[in-house]
Amino acid sequence: MRNPIAERIADFLKHYPPFTSLTYVELVTISEQIKVIYLEKNQVLFKIGDPTHDSFYVVASGAIGLSVISDAEETLIDKCDEGDILGLRPFFAKNNYLMTAKSREDSIIYAIPIQVFKPYVTGNSNVLSFLLESFASNTRNPYDKDNRGKLISENVLYNEQSATDIQYFQPIKYTKKPITASSNDIVKYIAQTMSSRQIGSVIIQENQMPIGIVTDNDLRSKIATGLYPIDVTVDKIMTVPVVTVPEDISIAEAQMMMLKHNVGYLCVTRDGTEKGAISGIISEHDVVAAQANNPGVLLKQIKRADRSKELKVVRDKLTDLIQNSIDKNIPISHITNVASEVTIAITKRAIELAIEKVGTPPVKFAWFNLGSQGRKEQLLLTDVNNSLVFEDVPAEQYAEVKTYFLSLAERVLETFEKIGYEKSAQGLNANNDLWCKSLTDWIKQYNTWINTPGEKGVRASSIFFDYDFIYGDPVLEKTLTEEIYAKTANNQLFYAFLGTDAIKKPAPLGFFRQFLVEQDEEHKDTFDIKNRAIAPLVDAARVFAISKGIKNITNTYQRFKKLADLEPQNADLYLECAEAFHTLHWFRTEEGLKTDSNGSYLNIEELTKVDKVKLKNCFQPINEIQDLIKNRFQLTYFT
Amino acid sequence: MLDWLTGKGDPTFWKTYLEHFDKEDANAPTRYVIFDVERTGLNWKEDVILSIGCIGVVNDQIEINDFFEVFIKQENRTQQNEAVEKLFKADSSEAVSESEAMMRFLEHIKNATLIGHNTNLDIEMMNQALKRMNLGKIKNNVLDINVMYQRFKNLPEDQHHTLDELCDLFKVKKSHRHTASNDAYITALVFLKLKRKLKMQ
Repeated sequence: MRNPIAERIADFLKHYPPFTSLTYVELVTISEQIKVIYLEKNQVLFKIGDPTHDSFYVVASGAIGLSVISDAEETLIDKCDEGDILGLRPFFAKNNYLMTAKSREDSIIYAIPIQVFKPYVTGNSNVLSFLLESFASNTRNPYDKDNRGKLISENVLYNEQSATDIQYFQPIKYTKKPITASSNDIVKYIAQTMSSRQIGSVIIQENQMPIGIVTDNDLRSKIATGLYPIDVTVDKIMTVPVVTVPEDISIAEAQMMMLKHNVGYLCVTRDGTEKGAISGIISEHDVVAAQANNPGVLLKQIKRADRSKELKVVRDKLTDLIQNSIDKNIPISHITNVASEVTIAITKRAIELAIEKVGTPPVKFAWFNLGSQGRKEQLLLTDVNNSLVFEDVPAEQYAEVKTYFLSLAERVLETFEKIGYEKSAQGLNANNDLWCKSLTDWIKQYNTWINTPGEKGVRASSIFFDYDFIYGDPVLEKTLTEEIYAKTANNQLFYAFLGTDAIKKPAPLGFFRQFLVEQDEEHKDTFDIKNRAIAPLVDAARVFAISKGIKNITNTYQRFKKLADLEPQNADLYLECAEAFHTLHWFRTEEGLKTDSNGSYLNIEELTKVDKVKLKNCFQPINEIQDLIKNRFQLTYFT
Repeated sequence: MLDWLTGKGDPTFWKTYLEHFDKEDANAPTRYVIFDVERTGLNWKEDVILSIGCIGVVNDQIEINDFFEVFIKQENRTQQNEAVEKLFKADSSEAVSESEAMMRFLEHIKNATLIGHNTNLDIEMMNQALKRMNLGKIKNNVLDINVMYQRFKNLPEDQHHTLDELCDLFKVKKSHRHTASNDAYITALVFLKLKRKLKMQ
């Protein structure tokens, strides 16, 4: 009897790897043995520690989340969508599941019995390698993203969020070909090597075999205390014996060896004994870095990054971290704090790398992040804005100095682009001739904006008042800030123009309290949360903060908080605005992560009723703060 | 002479079918057979069955290999309409007689609980077919997903939903071609969802 239902399933499977490598007849034969399962939202398919099932699964519709438990918390590692496979563990291991699979929405999944599929795995090398790679990388489809072609072990260490359990027993990545010295070398020279190479230890070798190790600790406790003179030979102060381990040691074993012997470094030798040739060194840092992506580790990785590619890896991990935090309902203020620290570190590192390439700067300079980065509230990979100020130089040197900084900025922005940030549409970047100039020119520029605010001028410049000093000489920043706030103090005209700008945003709700949705083709029927809800709050916070002379706080949330302190009579409204901002920011971030976009456009249809009410509640303070702007700055004259 | 009373004259398959109900194993998981019937029309007296499609559900899982489909040869050419023509162009080679089809169907379903959409008419038509074979009525428990949905939503009994409407309500992808087996499969998907929502065991 023909089985049209099996054929229907085969028609579905044939679009997805590894099934693409099988013939249609084979697929129908497999499909005839499939069982179809329905999972309600949040229903568990299997959980950590469950004995493995006799089937693996393919998502037919809906989405399944894979998570692990680390530090007693559930961490989402991956989301399987239509056509993705999961639950491959029984193919390769006899022990229990190391992950929990739970449906994130109503889902239909196909269960394919392992016994049925096994012959095709052994008989078809494409299928086998696909499954091996999927299993090792834990990303369900190794053919997407940038995992392609990488070694399996590499996938595990770099690309995984934190499949801690599995990862823990993976081989550790360590420094190969470590720096060594011989026992009659002078301590002073070894110390110089250590500081120039930025390493914490040197292995002392004899005939390629480790006989001891000298660490920061030895230098501190034996040299700096005066116990030994600095020109003594190293064999007097080295720690013996050195703890040696074999080459294929796992993260867990390395950590246990360190705890057991109370050392911070392990020497890797060919055969794992003291009599083997040295092949590497494992530091505590390697152990920490091999584990989950905690923000501290990310910062460390940024500092050690040598190429923009490595910075991109860190930024991708930050995205995972943000996604996880959102899933776990961590307050958005914490998330933004962590994210902005990482973003700042990335910017700093990008500048350092650029300086290495173009050479030492001729004069002092300061780098500023502007816009959402400057306000420390950028969570998504949206556009970057920045500016560069350099010290005043004699007129004849000006052109040369400027050329240097333009090329420096150009390099930094190239790095940003490689990391995945969007380019600024209006060219508000430090590699733009207009936004890379000397301190005096900048002061003049700000004067123009502040004293003769033409409407167009203000529009382009409002983000220049959300600046954050990132790198360079703090004196330049201080001078500039003082200039700006001296000029803006009691400058009613300037406030009025900023204020006009702030209330000119399109309204979020229509006359009948319905959401006003976009009409243009591309974003038809979506709600522009960025321009209709977030931007008015950002602008309002800015104009009030500047009018109150609040310096060095650029974050919208913190600006409102500070305003609430300064103006007790309006404290309630300011606090409401602060909360509304967070809620809106949350919506935008979630949307951005979900659709891999800048999150500006929400699909109202997809929101739950509760979410819609939450959103609408944010609009009331927007109305009120805009009224306050109108009254405070007497905008009736201008509008 | 009393054969009809003792059942001695009944064919073997019918006896076997009845026996399934005698030795019910209370511990075995319930087997559901989701079925769909294609017929010439809605009149249970005059219209006839064209095909039957079935798919099994055990333990909240649709078992693709627990599958059954049969096409019935149409003796009476006048009964045929456009839909019939279309259906048989593709599958005429496999068509069997009505009594053969009913025999196979009963052999397949055994004592399973039958699930369908608007089952009353389908069951009645099959009972008519069995009557033509001088046999009794279908003994299986029958559940209608329409009634299940009414119970889930507390709707009045006269409020009916088509299979397409139920598919939309439960976000089940509709089949491109209305054959008995395709409809049985999507009915099964709706049934799985309803079963969960009603917390049926």
